[in-house]
Amino acid sequence: MPAMLKVSRLACSRGDRQLFADVSFSLAAGEWLHVQGENGAGKTSLLRLLVGLSPADAGEIYWRGVAASEADFHRDLLYLGHHAAVKDDLTPLENLCLSAALDGIHLHEEAALAALVRLGLRGREALPVRVLSAGQKRRVLLARLLTRPAALWVLDEAFNALDSGAVQLLGELLGEHLAKGGLAVLTSHQPLPLPAGKRLML
Amino acid sequence: MNALLATVRRDLLLALRRKSEVLTTLFFFVIVASLFPLGVGPESALLKKIAPGVLWVAALLSTLLGLPRLFAADHLDGTLEQMALSPSPLALLIAGKILAHWLLCGLPLVLLAPLLGLQFALEGQTLFILSLSLLLGTPLLSLIGAMGAALTLGVRGGGVLLALLVLPLYIPTLIFGAGAVEAQSAGLGVEGHLSLLAALLALAVFFAPWATTAALRIALE
Repeated sequence: MPAMLKVSRLACSRGDRQLFADVSFSLAAGEWLHVQGENGAGKTSLLRLLVGLSPADAGEIYWRGVAASEADFHRDLLYLGHHAAVKDDLTPLENLCLSAALDGIHLHEEAALAALVRLGLRGREALPVRVLSAGQKRRVLLARLLTRPAALWVLDEAFNALDSGAVQLLGELLGEHLAKGGLAVLTSHQPLPLPAGKRLML
Repeated sequence: MNALLATVRRDLLLALRRKSEVLTTLFFFVIVASLFPLGVGPESALLKKIAPGVLWVAALLSTLLGLPRLFAADHLDGTLEQMALSPSPLALLIAGKILAHWLLCGLPLVLLAPLLGLQFALEGQTLFILSLSLLLGTPLLSLIGAMGAALTLGVRGGGVLLALLVLPLYIPTLIFGAGAVEAQSAGLGVEGHLSLLAALLALAVFFAPWATTAALRIALE
């Protein structure tokens, strides 16, 4: 199978300390990569580099065979980082609909509601996010996996603050995504409820 | 274009949920502008003379008051990251945020100014020119301020730095804005001042969103 995502000889340094160099990997449709390493090994830096939030010292990233340029790459990309990225003053439903609108995607309210129900937030959709727990806030963010069509998921510590039920659910969502030919790059310190993927040790 | 309107809608909704933030800047404007007649005394000739400068400086400072919050919340909760990775162009989303900032912090000043001008014994036509100069000038303040807010994003003690950075850049706006009102009170033509304000605005509308976007990308690294 041809590689959809190809990363070659990526390097990154913070100050004068080299975090990693010569990182290369490629992913074909339906494959996922588990980025592993100690705290401070540069897992988050690698992911931020990959999505284009920070520039690389060296190396190239190719998406569908061409150098990852902004508009095309971003349309296929969904990055969920450490931050909650939800607004405390808005309800989960408003958060989902407005972030879809910012991305230029038309999202029906029923679809957004269905996503929230799937994430176990039934009955919470009209409460301000402020009053939800940390795990529930995380679930609001994860609902975007269902409402935002994207071929490449980049999830940084997505399993943090989730209870065992939610970990199972996120595993299911990832499984469905991969079965549809999607790609995923994840960091996590816990064993994942997923079929074996590629591994990258930093 | 839809993404721009979506950003405006989102920021207005957020402001509606947290009204105090917008209202404090407006009260600041009203109170600062009202302190001068109280402090200077009821001599109408003197009040008329200082009115353009005082009202414009008050407008400038109250715009500045709301600037540190323009990107801070979105930066802190990671929404700005998501905007930068959105399929919509970041400059468009940022332009939407600046427009929302003007609607919340600039437009109310334009509407309030004639009322406050009455305290300075200004006449009808002068009040009209005051509003018109603010209508052209306050968007300019928001656009220039957004660049400063983006450059100082995430800097500790950024609020003071922002004031030091932005206030000098506000000088041309202040000169032409207050100048237009002064010229009107003195019975001179105001077209020159207003055209220059409009020219500055056109320039800023074109360049400021790009400059702000570039500064935000650096802040996100």
